Amino acid sequence: MRMHLFAALALLAAGAAAAASAPARIDYRALPGGLLRSVLPADGKQAPALLAPFLMRANLVSNGEFRAFVASHPQWRRGQVPAVLAGPGYLLAWRAPGDPGQLDPNAPVTRVSWHAASAFCASEGARLPRWHEWEYGAAADPDRADARDDPKWLSAILNWYARPASGVPGRIGRARANFHGLQDMHGLVWEWVEDYSALFVNADSRAQGTAKQLDYCGGAAVSLGDRRNYAILMRVALLAAMEGAQDGAFLGFRCARDDTR
Amino acid sequence: MRRIAPRLTAAALTTLSVLLGTAFPAASAAPVAALPVIMHALLAPPLLPPPITRKTPARVVVNLTVEEVEKEIAPGARYTFWTFGGTVPGKMIRVREGDTVDINLQNLSSNKLPHNIDLHAVSGPGGGAGQTLIAPGNQASFSFKALLPGLYVYHCATAPVGMHVANGMYGMIMVEPKEGMSSVDKEYYVMQGDFYTGGSYRTGGLQGFDMQKAIDERPTYVLFNGADGALTGSGALSAKAGQKVRMFYGVGGPNLMSSFHIIGAIFDKVYPDGGSRFQENIQTTLVPAGGSAIIEFTPQVPGNLTLVDHSLTRAFNKGAVGLMAITGPERPEIYGKGIKTALAAAGTSTLVAAAKPAPLTVGQGARLSGKIVYDANCAACHLADGKGVPGVFPPLANSDFFQQRPYEMAHIVLHGRSGELVVNGEHYNSVMPPQDLNDEQVADVINYVSMALNGGKAVLTPEQVKQMRKIKPN
Repeated sequence: MRMHLFAALALLAAGAAAAASAPARIDYRALPGGLLRSVLPADGKQAPALLAPFLMRANLVSNGEFRAFVASHPQWRRGQVPAVLAGPGYLLAWRAPGDPGQLDPNAPVTRVSWHAASAFCASEGARLPRWHEWEYGAAADPDRADARDDPKWLSAILNWYARPASGVPGRIGRARANFHGLQDMHGLVWEWVEDYSALFVNADSRAQGTAKQLDYCGGAAVSLGDRRNYAILMRVALLAAMEGAQDGAFLGFRCARDDTR
Repeated sequence: MRRIAPRLTAAALTTLSVLLGTAFPAASAAPVAALPVIMHALLAPPLLPPPITRKTPARVVVNLTVEEVEKEIAPGARYTFWTFGGTVPGKMIRVREGDTVDINLQNLSSNKLPHNIDLHAVSGPGGGAGQTLIAPGNQASFSFKALLPGLYVYHCATAPVGMHVANGMYGMIMVEPKEGMSSVDKEYYVMQGDFYTGGSYRTGGLQGFDMQKAIDERPTYVLFNGADGALTGSGALSAKAGQKVRMFYGVGGPNLMSSFHIIGAIFDKVYPDGGSRFQENIQTTLVPAGGSAIIEFTPQVPGNLTLVDHSLTRAFNKGAVGLMAITGPERPEIYGKGIKTALAAAGTSTLVAAAKPAPLTVGQGARLSGKIVYDANCAACHLADGKGVPGVFPPLANSDFFQQRPYEMAHIVLHGRSGELVVNGEHYNSVMPPQDLNDEQVADVINYVSMALNGGKAVLTPEQVKQMRKIKPN
């Protein structure tokens, strides 16, 4: 149930001359989809979301992978990308436009705009996961497809949010893979989703009666389905705070694809 | 659904305002632009900016920084607070009715979470929350007109809002009436909040947020100004007898209301809910979560006044205690010293009989335990070296009181003590709550004080403590 692509394919498709390291196998996992009890109900009230089967990258996109991407797609290098697509913080910690410098090649790439993340995924024939897909993948622990009713697990994943973001994110793939074979869905970085700007709600999570409902407090209680999962609510709140050209020191991404088989 | 178009408009407006050399889009309002600009001073609670003396409106610029910081929540216990300006409560804002207020909120890159601010002083949906929601590494600005005077809470309103507030993201803004506030001698800024940690009260080490406790509204701590002991020891408030004291008191919550009371004082005036009218001669005032009260009182005699939430297990078991040390001349006509004597029938007791015990030996484990108990329970007020605070907390090191009456000390540990006390010739008039310790811990800490701080010998066994528990407190 896993698919291996070759990063080199994307490089060749782009017609890039830049040399990349040995092609890394990109591990996509198949997730069956189905009904999902979401923090963001499909109809804004109660209805579960219905997901088609999809494929998701087992791992976050790394600094090394993003380095290869900007080598073959120089228009996404810092300094060349238009400001409307990537803000002043874009790849800020890199030593040079094409060189992450001291950053661990196996740590997740961060400080990437939504536009850049989307372009990366397109380069490997994929897209960013949609919110419900990400939430579905993140509901699992190593043994269960849906661990969200386990208060111990909820408490464990919540701990990451309590720690301020000092330094840089650690390496990809240290944590146990979850039920679907996905790693680091919690505990490493925030993640972009494809529909980040369409799902939410308001800068005020208490506003009522309109679609904008998450930026402030009580309104979230009106529009949100599963209010007990604070860790996931914080993910939604962060994405609600973002603009597509912005980035974050702890904001990375992984890619997904429709399962067309 | 959020659409792109409004965002582009906002971006265009921002660009326009930059071109016009102003900080916000509403640059066309000429009267606003003409106001004198004042940079707002930020002071750490319990301090706050001084009263406003100007008689005309201004444009007040407030630069608030969101900081996620790990600090002590109780002696030996640490917690990651989310704060406005690095303190709990957040820095107090003070403006005048009719002022235009520019809020510049920065979310530091070293933070993990998105944050925003909702000020209850704002007239408009969300109170600024929508304009200020920002991820780490960003800043947001918005302005509002302070239309109505009063003492208002501000707080972070990002989902899950209960967690942001439970982690300390609240403060207050005072909008002074146009005519100003009456003159007082001292002003303080105090806020109560409830905190939900994984470990129980005073469990040491780094504590995490306990989501279930928060949802169930079962706080581990109920605290003034964000830490167990923030307003005791060196943090105690102070005033002189006869001075007029004004306290800007608020409750951040997220959940509990506060039955605010100061033991040993009657409030001359309370402006309930932070509003415009006052009530007089108040003992206890109820302040809702997300609400406030302006409290004025005049301490009359020297000693310690004790701030409590009069829902009293919060005060004694969850940390809702603060002190205000009052200095000045004794006034027995207002507050007598009192006389205590034994009843005629009260004679010898097990205590007296045990007053000359055989020499005790104390092992290394008990010595270590004594120090741990001391550091966790005594050091906050009597200080780590036992020297105490002159006039406020009596010394335990080289204490004539202790050396002469170690058993009475154990009795105080068990049952608490309030009222007049003379130690090394200095008068004290404090309140010490009973300590929730078992027999071994009481014996260990008394022996620790005796041996480590007074150069003496071990004086007490757990068995004796068990006997002492049978003696009722006065």
